[in-house]
Amino acid sequence: MLLALLAGLSCAPREGGPVVLRFWGMGNEGEMVRGLIPEFERLHPGIRVVVQQIPWTAAHEKLLTAYAGESTPDVCQLGNTWIPEFGVLNALEPLEPWVERSTLVRTDDYFDGVLRTNVLDSTLFGIPWYVDTRVVFYRKDLLAEAGADSMPATWQGVLDLSERMKRRAERQGKPHFPFFLPTNEWVPAIILGMQAGGSLLADGSTRGNFGGPEFRRAFELLETFYRRGYSPPGQSLITNMYHSFDDGLIAMYITGPWNIGEFSRRLPKDRQGIWMTAPLPSMDSQAPGVSLPLGTSLVMFRGSRHKPEAWKLIEFLASTEQSINFYRMTGNLPPRRSAWTDTALANNVHVQAFYRQLQRVDPLPPVPEWEQIVIRLQSYVEFVATGALTVDAATRAFDAEVDQMLEKRRWLASEERRR
Amino acid sequence: MNLRRRYERKQTAAALLFLAPALSVLAAFFVVPVAAAFLMSFTDFDIYGLGDLSTVRFIGFRNYLRILETPLFWKALSNTFYFVVIGAPLSVGVSLVVALMVNARMARFKGLFRTIYFLPVVTSLVAVAIVWRYLYHPAHGLLNHALGWLGIGPVDWLGDPNLAMPAIIFLAVWKNFGYNMLIFIAGLSNIPDDLYEAARMDGASGWRQFVDITLPMLTPTTVFVVMLTLIGYFQLFAEPYVMTQGGPLNATLSVVLMMYEQGFRWWNMGYAAAIAFILFAIILFFTLLQMFIQRRVEA
Repeated sequence: MLLALLAGLSCAPREGGPVVLRFWGMGNEGEMVRGLIPEFERLHPGIRVVVQQIPWTAAHEKLLTAYAGESTPDVCQLGNTWIPEFGVLNALEPLEPWVERSTLVRTDDYFDGVLRTNVLDSTLFGIPWYVDTRVVFYRKDLLAEAGADSMPATWQGVLDLSERMKRRAERQGKPHFPFFLPTNEWVPAIILGMQAGGSLLADGSTRGNFGGPEFRRAFELLETFYRRGYSPPGQSLITNMYHSFDDGLIAMYITGPWNIGEFSRRLPKDRQGIWMTAPLPSMDSQAPGVSLPLGTSLVMFRGSRHKPEAWKLIEFLASTEQSINFYRMTGNLPPRRSAWTDTALANNVHVQAFYRQLQRVDPLPPVPEWEQIVIRLQSYVEFVATGALTVDAATRAFDAEVDQMLEKRRWLASEERRR
Repeated sequence: MNLRRRYERKQTAAALLFLAPALSVLAAFFVVPVAAAFLMSFTDFDIYGLGDLSTVRFIGFRNYLRILETPLFWKALSNTFYFVVIGAPLSVGVSLVVALMVNARMARFKGLFRTIYFLPVVTSLVAVAIVWRYLYHPAHGLLNHALGWLGIGPVDWLGDPNLAMPAIIFLAVWKNFGYNMLIFIAGLSNIPDDLYEAARMDGASGWRQFVDITLPMLTPTTVFVVMLTLIGYFQLFAEPYVMTQGGPLNATLSVVLMMYEQGFRWWNMGYAAAIAFILFAIILFFTLLQMFIQRRVEA
């Protein structure tokens, strides 16, 4: 009682003193965002922002324990796949009322697929901060040698090209894996699953839909890459991806925008002309193929005592102007179309593929169990890549595991129906 | 008679009064949480339950059954046993040998060596683990540099599923042997010198003295040390958490690390609590088993 009283007193805003906002930033962004804060504090003299940097590896645990201990920050950077979880906890402030009054944040300016990752049951819980969609990074010169002047638009085209490149390397007596699909990544498998059609989860996201023909088709395509030796079946051959890319051991790789910076830094100056980016190939005739709108959003916690000020910070960071600044500082891609007309983005040849890709991105199923699901998926990708399980056995076993993980959701849904 | 009973009652009341602060702290921070965790292990307390308590269901032994059906749990359990079976005897053996060396009559600077060997025990495990991660680094690590001089190629200690656990055992033994060493030194100094004198007069060699005097006289100490080491080693957590996060390919995933991930990463608190009690049962079983064997040997 006394403690609660004391805590209440010490946190109450003092008359006339500035409002102190707590902002949690993750990893590198948590460090870089400090560069934007002085401008915010200049524009809003009554607000002071304390940035706390949380490493990504500990972020999830810290946020959950902060919620359980009622010590969540005012504003936080949240990976958009985590939004469903904090939505279930009822920890986030719905943002529509704030957006309606805002002049800086306009929802129609965002890439549609990116914005949808922030919506749960038609309530908006986050404002996209930067996007991390996946495209193909490829070796221009090696593709040209195999007779392709750009990335094929379909997966069939990629398979044909890979065959030519593999043969060519064999004639030269060199080991070569044209399309690198790491066995410890779930993203390619999920992307192929989405491209094959059909939703990943069924029955209002209460059951897995991984045993069906669509997802099996995706896994079969994935397995083809490993079986024909287009991609190495383990991790040990590629110890340094940049090095392997440079010396031609691999030629194509699905990855995200942070690698634009890494490729520019890690490949030698005179070798910068050899790499290019392209939107994903597709399984149907429509190009580009569907990709994922990953990335992070800015959210406000319900527990915040300074909501108007917290919104001002979100508004500021999400503004077109600051998202361009943030891109210049970090290479993180802005989620707003209006930012992409800026010369910094328009003149960068490597980001153009991302712009085209962002027109076709679909959100992941909004369930709090998602991260557990994909971590299991990673194991099944590995089983299939090494031939330990057939595609049929892997998809069925994975589907059964997902069904078990979603048991609580089925029960909650049935309770809701009963009421 | 009546007087005596009154006196006794008074004494009991006084004892309770003196014990009350300690007991209430113990109850608040140990008994109550453990009881709550035990109850929780029969529920499906999860992320939905954290948001809305009314969604928590009582599910009997389902958590326990599910754990026993999970291949990853058996993997974690076998990793933990690997760590205990290799690490614990190694740790006890090293501490005994070092205790004998430090305690030897010819040894000089005893205090200095005792302090040096005890240093790893008092340093923070997280800091130590981070430094050792550098030592083990495949390209820049000191260990691989040393191997390089012997003409052995760089070894990816923490990246190879077959080597990651031995690397962690090595670190754990180095970190912990100082503590057991001190207990052994205390045990050694309790052995009366005249026993050795008598043995020497009978012409017993150093080895015979060790086997027939030192070891038997040290038995209570050894039992204590082995028990503490077993209990501690079954709870392997910080080393893999800091150095490998349970990888590569779950080769260093321990039971406690799995419990932590289920509980604090996925917030499957009911399931995690059940893992905790399974581990408790295992540790209890081995401790009782050891006490039983001990009694048989002594009888």
